[in-house]
Amino acid sequence: MSRKLPALNPDTAPFWQGGQHGKLMIHHCTPCARYFHPPAPICPRCASLDVGPRPVSGKGKVLSFTINHQQWVPGLDVPYVVAIIELDDQEGLHFVSNVIGCQPEDVAIDMPVRVSFSQVEDIWLPLFERIA
Amino acid sequence: MFDRLFEKDVAITGIGQSEVGRPSSKSAMRLTVDACLEAIADAGLTREDIDGVACWPGDNNNGDSFSPVGPSALKSVLGLNVNWFGGGYEGPGPLTGIINGAMAIATGLCRHVLVFRTITESSGRARNKAAGALSNKTVGRDTSYFWQWYTPFNVHSGVNLMALYAQRHFHEYGTTPEQLAQIAINGRRNAALNPKAVYRTPLTLDDYFASRMISTPLRMLDCDVHCDASTAIVLSRADAAKDGPNPPIRIEAIGAALNQAWSWDQISLTEMATFDVARMMWSRTDLTPADIGSAQLYDGFSILTMIWLEALGLCPRGESGRFVEGGQRIAREGEMPLNTNGGQLSGGRTHGLGYVHEACLQLWGRAGERQIAPHQVAVAAAGGGPLGGSLLLVRD
Repeated sequence: MSRKLPALNPDTAPFWQGGQHGKLMIHHCTPCARYFHPPAPICPRCASLDVGPRPVSGKGKVLSFTINHQQWVPGLDVPYVVAIIELDDQEGLHFVSNVIGCQPEDVAIDMPVRVSFSQVEDIWLPLFERIA
Repeated sequence: MFDRLFEKDVAITGIGQSEVGRPSSKSAMRLTVDACLEAIADAGLTREDIDGVACWPGDNNNGDSFSPVGPSALKSVLGLNVNWFGGGYEGPGPLTGIINGAMAIATGLCRHVLVFRTITESSGRARNKAAGALSNKTVGRDTSYFWQWYTPFNVHSGVNLMALYAQRHFHEYGTTPEQLAQIAINGRRNAALNPKAVYRTPLTLDDYFASRMISTPLRMLDCDVHCDASTAIVLSRADAAKDGPNPPIRIEAIGAALNQAWSWDQISLTEMATFDVARMMWSRTDLTPADIGSAQLYDGFSILTMIWLEALGLCPRGESGRFVEGGQRIAREGEMPLNTNGGQLSGGRTHGLGYVHEACLQLWGRAGERQIAPHQVAVAAAGGGPLGGSLLLVRD
């Protein structure tokens, strides 16, 4: 199904294009030694400009999820799973994605997942699949 | 912390509301005019007395049905001479117009501010079913600072994000669908006594479970109902408020804080903005949750009402499921009458000011068949995710 794609800018491109090299890139603050998301040119915690994308493990767990049944726009295949994935790399480091590759009803909170990139045009969407 | 709490200088003196249509045959501007003229007259004022106009979210995308009328257009159409006017989406949620209007009065810019909110999503959806999809908010690539993190993952509606909060609430606190259903059932029970409500036929638990699943665990009946309507509130400086026909309803305290990221997923999933908002509100008053006689709490999605109940201290954190279970506590005759006009789930998605309108009707004893026991303190709160604001209202 076709997806709405994000506009790229120098701050966000590493997140959306890291999959080209098989890497999930998350912004990191050097003084804090912590990741933050979404990517921005300044650390929201300490205001340092010494920030930039770093590869993370790509492994995590489902923090919350929902099975969407409503066809919001023409051509949308349902059902599908929208989830918030918390990465293993840092507690509280999480973002919205999709869980793919399993039946929607098999998804559960705390289920371990790993990133699986899906390329659409110049975007490598970081989707997640269950770790068997 | 502060030597002056600005909202103490401001009172609500009049309210108005257009018809609530699904859809309405009137133009968005006509609905707005109907609401505003009613509110101005209710306050015992004339157009010449209004010297400020406030609105959330203001003119939104050239007549988009989410907010087709902004303060600039209304000011011109009503022929108002104003010292200050303003609107815009960015602020503490659907009550932003009231909070900004109160600030304009407290700073001495205005004496009487007209606050309004018009929404025509019923006719909007009739023209284009996908008009409201988040993925249609931008043309081409998503350039929105906020939505770009969700729309590529097929988050087309806010309900997907609220469903993530609901699922987490179920997981952490053991909240059940049967408990969540009480928000919709309570709303419908109250809407039956509200002649303007969109849905008035009784609702059972079976009806709830028979309603279509939209985004687990939220069903159709957990989502508010689109309508065409406008609601208006007149704010007056406290000294000027005494001259009107209505006993002034003082703004005892406002909540507008956000101490987390403005984000739908980086914010606490079990708190959203609501706990920040409520902490601020209670820090500005000597009143306590025990003083509240009625609660008009945002039910754009049922789970949000549950979280507001907890945030405002109307029940302990994580206990909203058990608090609403069976529906007796939140009924009109219960210990915490909730959404007494049917809320947005059954009354119609007037989006924010409807809660304030109903709080005032109840405080003034003008709620007709659905009037609850006389009380002096009401709370209105609106918003979900990073949007959140609250008002503690007192009729002395």
